[in-house]
Amino acid sequence: MNRAFAIAACEMRILQRNLWLVVATVIMVLFALALTFAGSAPTGSLGVDMLTVSVASMTTLSVYLAPLLALMISFDAIAGDADRGSLALLLSYPASRGEVLLGKFMAHLSALAIAMVIGFGSAGAVAAWSGGAGTESLIALARLIVTSIILGAVFVTLGYFISSLASSSTAAAGMSAGLWLIFVVLYDLGLLGAVVMDQGGSFTQTLFPWLMVANPADAFRVWNIAGSDSVALTSGMTGAASALPVWAAPVSLLLWPLIGFGAARLAFQRIEP
Amino acid sequence: MTADVLKISNATKDRGKARVLSDVSLTVQPGERVALLGHNGAGKSTLIKAVLGLTPIGSGAICIDGAAPGSTKARRATAYLPEAVSFHPALTGREQLTLFAKLDGAKADVAGLLDRVGLSDALDRRIGTYSKGMRQRLGLAQVLLGKPAVALLDEPTSGLDPISRQDLYAIIDQLAGQGTAVLIASHALTEVEARTDRIAIMRKGELVADDTLTGLSRRAGLPIRLRVRAATDADAIAAQIGGQRINGASVELNCSPEDKMAQLRRITDLGAAVADLEITPPKLEDLYRHFAQEPKEGDVS
Repeated sequence: MNRAFAIAACEMRILQRNLWLVVATVIMVLFALALTFAGSAPTGSLGVDMLTVSVASMTTLSVYLAPLLALMISFDAIAGDADRGSLALLLSYPASRGEVLLGKFMAHLSALAIAMVIGFGSAGAVAAWSGGAGTESLIALARLIVTSIILGAVFVTLGYFISSLASSSTAAAGMSAGLWLIFVVLYDLGLLGAVVMDQGGSFTQTLFPWLMVANPADAFRVWNIAGSDSVALTSGMTGAASALPVWAAPVSLLLWPLIGFGAARLAFQRIEP
Repeated sequence: MTADVLKISNATKDRGKARVLSDVSLTVQPGERVALLGHNGAGKSTLIKAVLGLTPIGSGAICIDGAAPGSTKARRATAYLPEAVSFHPALTGREQLTLFAKLDGAKADVAGLLDRVGLSDALDRRIGTYSKGMRQRLGLAQVLLGKPAVALLDEPTSGLDPISRQDLYAIIDQLAGQGTAVLIASHALTEVEARTDRIAIMRKGELVADDTLTGLSRRAGLPIRLRVRAATDADAIAAQIGGQRINGASVELNCSPEDKMAQLRRITDLGAAVADLEITPPKLEDLYRHFAQEPKEGDVS
């Protein structure tokens, strides 16, 4: 475990030096603030405070941004070392492959968490200060931050998986762009198409909600929407979420990082540097 | 006799249809410096990676200080210098070496080690600003961490200037002096000739030679070259002792190691007709060519 921490400390230093931490935090703050101000219009008509509206907008933002940032940070983790030739040296030390992966994961997730907390936190603070906030909306904000970090964890591990499979850093970058597109855009489009074809039949009634929540990005969305009535109200997405048991989305989102880490660990094992 | 700290017995490995290691057996004792020679693709790096446990072997066994390759004990006992090593450019030399020391679990004098390899000025500079030779030195510094039982150096002198090469071999001598078994894969024949105790040559995954330089010479039976400079008439000498006349005044002839003394006596019998005599034993380069090249048709050795 000490070895994993040593690797994590080094990775964290690298993230600071290559300005990843700063850039990711700035991106998060800018997008969150922009959405908070752009989305502040419907406050009066829906009768909720501004923070609630802000959280609803930021939920939509996070579905796209959290996986993107996570993949950006992780796609190079194994392939980059392999490209440089330093992976063989690292693995000749007593650290196991699991420890190497865990060390990188701790650092990358911490960096992501810092960017999320500062980004969503500052936007939430601005919304609360200018438009008011209640207990419920504060809980919704906390839920947004925590689930965004978990969503990030999913895609950090998936990034390692890809990084272990790819033959080079460049290939890993391309593959992670594809992965992002599939999980965040194409999967939903496919489901939508199936629902339209089905025209409210048995697929839409039974299978569709489960298929949707099996995707970590959708599970994230459902968890945040189902968690708060007013967030659901402002996002206009209540139907699908209400068809599922309450535990479905959290279980899916919490299982995914374990699945991703397991897959990455297996793929990493196959590498002969 | 000390026990072999690195023992490779009958290691065989196939990659696809190609046999990359074929029944390789090699041992290295504590404090011994063994050179591993061979063409590119002869299997040197594969053998080293098999010892490190980075790539599995199909059959045979490898034993490092009593442990299996890839086990924690074996990894702790080995030090490795990859060919053309590289590190993350954003870290400093000190940070990188500190990480390795922590992974090794050993208390290490990081600054002292970097000073030993001549990097004390670049201690806190980012590795991105290092030259190739400096990165190689940093790689060498991590080899010295925690007194390894076995050190595996893959092309350690590539990219080093002549002075750095001398430093490198001084450090290798120091390693061997503290009891580390050193295996050096190299192309630099003249360097390893003078600086190693034993020479192993690989060809197409096979170990074709494993002996001291003199042992190799004897086995190869390569001729010793005698060059006789005539005082007056080179043709007369050539007629008496055989051989070929070269550059007007000298005669060159080859003789086997067994015939050497007899041949020398015949030459000294010529008396004042001989002005000078040069004896050139086969060099490692000749031996290497003999062992590492494809056997020609009809060649039985």
